[in-house]
Amino acid sequence: MGYSLSFIIIQLLNGLTNAMFIFLIAAGLSIIFGVLGVLNFAHGSFYMLGAYMTFQVVSLFVNSPFQFWAAVIAAPLAVAVVGGVVERTLLRRLYGHEELNQLLFTYALVLILSDAARIVWGIGQLSVSRPEVLRGAVQIMGQYFPKYNVFIILLGPCVAFLFWYFMLRTRWGRMIRAAALDREMLGSLGVDVNRLFTLVFFIGTWLAALGGALVAPVASIKPGMDLEVIINAFIVVVIGGLGSFWGTFLGSLIVGVVYSLGILVVPRLSMVFIYAIMILVLIIRPWGLLGKPLRR
Amino acid sequence: MLEVRELRKSFAGFLAVAGVSFSVARAEICALIGPNGAGKSTLFNLITGHLDLDSGQVIFDGRPVTSLRAHQICRLGLGRSFQRSNIFPRLTVFENVQAAVLSHRGRSLDFWTRVGRLFEEETREILEKVGLADQARAVGGTLSYGFQKQLELGIALASRPKMLLLDEPTAGMSARETRATIELIGRITREEGLTLLFTEHDMSVVFSIAERIMVLSQGRLIASGRPDEVRENEAVRQVYFGEAGCS
Amino acid sequence: MTKKDWLLPALIALLALVPLTGSRFYIFLLTDIMIFGLFALSLNLLLGYTGLVSFGQAAYFGIGAYACALLVKKAGLNFLLSLALAGLCGAAAAVIIGFFCVRLTKIYFAMLTLAFSQIVWAIAFKWNSLTGGDNGIMGIDFPWYLGSKVHFYYFTLAVLALSMFLLHRLVGSPMGRILMTIRDNPERTEFIGINVKLFQLIAFVVSGLFAALAGGLFAVFNHSVFPDTCYWSVSAEVLIMTLLGGMYSFYGPLVGAALLLYLRLEVTSYTAYWPLILGTILCLLLFFFPSGVIGFVQDRLAGRKGSG
Repeated sequence: MGYSLSFIIIQLLNGLTNAMFIFLIAAGLSIIFGVLGVLNFAHGSFYMLGAYMTFQVVSLFVNSPFQFWAAVIAAPLAVAVVGGVVERTLLRRLYGHEELNQLLFTYALVLILSDAARIVWGIGQLSVSRPEVLRGAVQIMGQYFPKYNVFIILLGPCVAFLFWYFMLRTRWGRMIRAAALDREMLGSLGVDVNRLFTLVFFIGTWLAALGGALVAPVASIKPGMDLEVIINAFIVVVIGGLGSFWGTFLGSLIVGVVYSLGILVVPRLSMVFIYAIMILVLIIRPWGLLGKPLRR
Repeated sequence: MLEVRELRKSFAGFLAVAGVSFSVARAEICALIGPNGAGKSTLFNLITGHLDLDSGQVIFDGRPVTSLRAHQICRLGLGRSFQRSNIFPRLTVFENVQAAVLSHRGRSLDFWTRVGRLFEEETREILEKVGLADQARAVGGTLSYGFQKQLELGIALASRPKMLLLDEPTAGMSARETRATIELIGRITREEGLTLLFTEHDMSVVFSIAERIMVLSQGRLIASGRPDEVRENEAVRQVYFGEAGCS
Repeated sequence: MTKKDWLLPALIALLALVPLTGSRFYIFLLTDIMIFGLFALSLNLLLGYTGLVSFGQAAYFGIGAYACALLVKKAGLNFLLSLALAGLCGAAAAVIIGFFCVRLTKIYFAMLTLAFSQIVWAIAFKWNSLTGGDNGIMGIDFPWYLGSKVHFYYFTLAVLALSMFLLHRLVGSPMGRILMTIRDNPERTEFIGINVKLFQLIAFVVSGLFAALAGGLFAVFNHSVFPDTCYWSVSAEVLIMTLLGGMYSFYGPLVGAALLLYLRLEVTSYTAYWPLILGTILCLLLFFFPSGVIGFVQDRLAGRKGSG
């Protein structure tokens, strides 16, 4: 094969970095599907908005060393608020309707948001520079690996753990998990399921936007980034299991790593590879690797 | 006509049906009763092939049907109605029954003939039998619950079954509707010489037409016999102690 | 439906008159509408009649387009034969893909159709030697006997007319009725003795066949074919067309295709923000006119229809 071990390791680490980005987006998608039963096509759009908003906040705080960190906090929150409002005012009206209508609504959002971004920020590529403290690279086995990527690789599991803790140990988390299992039962127990749904949509969107905010310094912010990412997110949640949290984590690792290593082995087919895995999973085990088996 | 042996089914560790065996003779009218959660619907689903058995055998009209799929079992002459009214809401009453007739007559793969009046007389005959002849043009989904149940009966009859499995045929009906429905079911069963096995919660219904009653509790058959025998049965009384509708 | 027997011939006759106006604009637009109308009609067989939501119909459209293009350009076959073979290619793909897809339900079905569609796109995108990759296949000329746009218009109209006739017979047949029962209540349909999965597969294959025919026409009409013909956004657009026109009516998809393509043409001459307009239209549709244009019109006229 002719690749040195250190080169492969670096590729692997790149794969892990991508996996963490994908995880943030897919986790939000998964929780929205698990609780609301809606497959949110617009998830990639919120990711994109997160990146654009980060650019905006960074431009506001020009010359401040904290510009990036301020953006990482503010941008996802702002986008999540938009998501919450959309759910509350529009998506909610479609809950009684057929699933197809809900899906198409999220697609309508994709269309609207992508053009909205074009209108506000134009069609050119934008970029955001990395924060001071995370510039430069570290040496791993003689090769250079960006510090920023290390940060992402470490951040991913932290977010996962925080999330897991939230879902398992806090009251809200438990209610959300209950809603995923049986929303009618929860409603009859006196819980305001509607507000819970808005909260879940808010959280899911926040995660996607966080992904976008964090990816801003390392990717080009441009129109079309919403479509690229949503398909990958779909693949991840299918492989991992729609509605399963750790399945999403596992799925992200698989997709991220297979893609990066696949490029080394079969560069032209790595994309096909990923789709093939998705198809295999859907054929053999449609509820995903860690999902719950369906009745039929 | 129908014989089941040692049927067993569990869901994620919960034993829903725990080794149930019984048989229903030709032209017999048999009721299956039991408290909620006893496993009646599950049992029906196992018999008709909607659910896979863990173990056991189902023999219908002398043929083992355990491994057959639902649509194959239907073609052998086992008709069924479902607990929640199960019709084709966007089709008219006529079209609902006609579809079943089309299938029964083996025309389902015909993609060329205009279907408008195909088997019209046969369809109308069935509609007459279930008392829906004057509603032929009504859209299924707009019917009242009672009429939908009648339509369901019509659809089941269109497949010319030898035996009917009715899952709570009078659920959600008023006393008057219940009487009318039971009268209808009884009349059709006798006229067509059908075998009937039905589940019910309403005891007055059960005791009015059932020739034999089987009692299911927690996945097990705890009693089987003539209505008066079952009424006196200690185990049955215990199971129903305090439950409304027990006479 | 006998009183509607005149509708199809009338429509075809109407369309046949259009080139007499001499307007190149309308000839071009209507050829486009007929092609996408056929595509949408094929999708509606799955969606409105059998109740299967597929996000992957672009795969068959694309396969038909590429097959036709390759057969005409690289194999030198005559156009008619290429088109027919392209349709068969689409049907063949639908048999294979459909076999796996109908084993699943609802959202998993939709996702698998999407996944297969994306694989088709990825193959079209990456297999440079066969499909020309990102550059696609270009320079597909009209066959000599369809020399002009007008000739091609009439040919497309003929294909559309024949397809609509066949599809109309299908949905008005016992098989069509069974498909509708599957749409309304698959569980119940099983218990009138129907092998539901078999019929779903049949619908899938017929749908793929006509989608591929539309794709073949598309390739020659545009003199080229590119990978983005297979991209999932094409599937979404056709879904929108079907919904816009009304998925519970036979002619709905055609109406939807006409409306959407006309709107797109008009809007894009004023602004670049067509997605924004489309998204808004879609929202209006979903919130206020869920049964589409035809459904809305039908509801307004007294007496709702029964089947279809």
